[in-house]
Amino acid sequence: MNDLTNLTLADARDGLKARKFSSRELTEAHLAAIAAARPLNAFLKETPDRALAMATASDERLARGEAGTLEGLPLGIKDLYCTEGVETTAASRILQGFVPPYESTVTSQLWRDGAVMLGKLNLDEFAMGSSNETSAFGPVVSPWRRNGSDAKLVPGGSSGGSAAAVAARLCLGATATDTGGSIRQPAAFTGTVGIKPTYGRCSRWGTVAFASSLDQAGPIARNVRDAAILLRSMAGPDAKDSTSVDRPVPDYEAAVGRSTKGKKIGIPREYRLDGMSSEIEALWQSGIAWLRDAGAEIVDVSLPHTKHALPAYYIVAPAEASSNLARYDGVRYGLRVPGKDVLEMYERTRAGGFGREVRRRIMIGTYVLSAGYYDAYYVRAQKVRTLIKRDFEEAFGQGVDAILTPATPSAAFAIGEKISADPVEMYLNDIFTVTVNMAGLPGIAVPGGLDKDGLPLGLQLIGRPFEEEMLFALAQVIEDAAPKVEWPQRWWQPVDKMIYPT
Amino acid sequence: MSVDTATVRRIAHLSRIAVTDEEVTHLQSELNAILAFIEQLRGVDVENVEPMTSVTPMLLKKRQDEVTDGFIADEIVANAPQPEDHFFVVPKVVE
Repeated sequence: MNDLTNLTLADARDGLKARKFSSRELTEAHLAAIAAARPLNAFLKETPDRALAMATASDERLARGEAGTLEGLPLGIKDLYCTEGVETTAASRILQGFVPPYESTVTSQLWRDGAVMLGKLNLDEFAMGSSNETSAFGPVVSPWRRNGSDAKLVPGGSSGGSAAAVAARLCLGATATDTGGSIRQPAAFTGTVGIKPTYGRCSRWGTVAFASSLDQAGPIARNVRDAAILLRSMAGPDAKDSTSVDRPVPDYEAAVGRSTKGKKIGIPREYRLDGMSSEIEALWQSGIAWLRDAGAEIVDVSLPHTKHALPAYYIVAPAEASSNLARYDGVRYGLRVPGKDVLEMYERTRAGGFGREVRRRIMIGTYVLSAGYYDAYYVRAQKVRTLIKRDFEEAFGQGVDAILTPATPSAAFAIGEKISADPVEMYLNDIFTVTVNMAGLPGIAVPGGLDKDGLPLGLQLIGRPFEEEMLFALAQVIEDAAPKVEWPQRWWQPVDKMIYPT
Repeated sequence: MSVDTATVRRIAHLSRIAVTDEEVTHLQSELNAILAFIEQLRGVDVENVEPMTSVTPMLLKKRQDEVTDGFIADEIVANAPQPEDHFFVVPKVVE
């Protein structure tokens, strides 16, 4: 059944409508692929019974001609989205066994439109990480390997399970979230497309909170069109999230293939880092050439506060996290480790339930918010954030329609390679993506080709607020022009399950 | 700015996270690495810059002040480590 898992989401949608196969067949093919891919550790929980029940219901709606926009399409859900009746852990021991009695707004919209849930996807604990190695339930192994090597690589993070599952063809698309690059960096590492929409475009209700002024939901998919189809269903206003914006959701798919002639693309000189690899520089130049060939005008822009974005992020995000994660106290849900009094119970519960990176970030956040340091750290970081946003506003004010940058400073690295004594080394992964969260803008990562080891590299397009359509149109130009890349072979499958050699 | 071991213990306590002696040493160097990294913001001129308080320029939405749900006590305590009837049980707080 491997052939059905190789379809794009758009092709599977059209195949279901044309009755070439049923949602049940499509879903069974994906469930088999998931079962054969357990060595990748992409799924924390498989929900085959629910998937088959949803698929059967979809087939009935398809037969009656009542199909929704995602009818019968099997998806993976990042385990940060609360799913009613299905364990939701945020990849943390502190939430192990937590079964939400409610459904997140974003996933409820996917089910409203007919999608099928295959299961819950692995991630960095509480979405804090860039390699999926902070998950309490073990790292995700990327389906990609370097040429001639069987070293296990990271899929990126925090949406590492989502990106790996999409690239390994375990689901047609996946939900993800992005606080500092958690959609775009794993998409770049796995040759997939990931979009972080404008802050406020998707409801945050029912998604486990990390840093509330930065968190946004978005999809990871196998191409630009599929990402556009998924975002349309995920986006929209929600009375339960006061920061969700009351704007109608456009038909993003209609923007795919739209002409980009005469569009003005900004190239920010501050993203040209000292010691940037020649491959990343070459990728960037290719992106510029592809957009120019499609009729876009390329202009230099300056975003002078770029270099301050990452340090400011590592004040704002931990500060908000320390506040959001105060709720895990062993009283209302999740883990409890007993103590002689309530204080000792709190301290033991949180020491036992949170992993190292999460504890570290809570402590940094607590420190920068503590008496005497609040102005020096937190208020200063929020002022720097104003300056970062102003940089973008000035570039867009000069008539720039979108900004093109590399998505990451390198290709994927090996598991264990960057877990050093200095946490900052890992943080540098997000250097090109984090500015976008700080300014609340939309950003899309789209594959641009392979490096010398055969690993994917991604480009990033940054747009004006709520102009995701522009990003889809431009990203499609890059997708069309970039060298076609074959998905990785299914080396993880046991030989006897290889029905079709790939 | 760097933190000493006493400060690490104070932050851990404020964070309600128990730490062992061995962890304090590791945390001290990790936290100092992060603090050294964020220290570079001191050089930025933020004179007369307003701190960001709202990511998107919009008025905070208000909803009607009306009851929208309730009578779900079973669901609320369903995930509690130690519920009793419709209460959350904690170690004795008041002597």
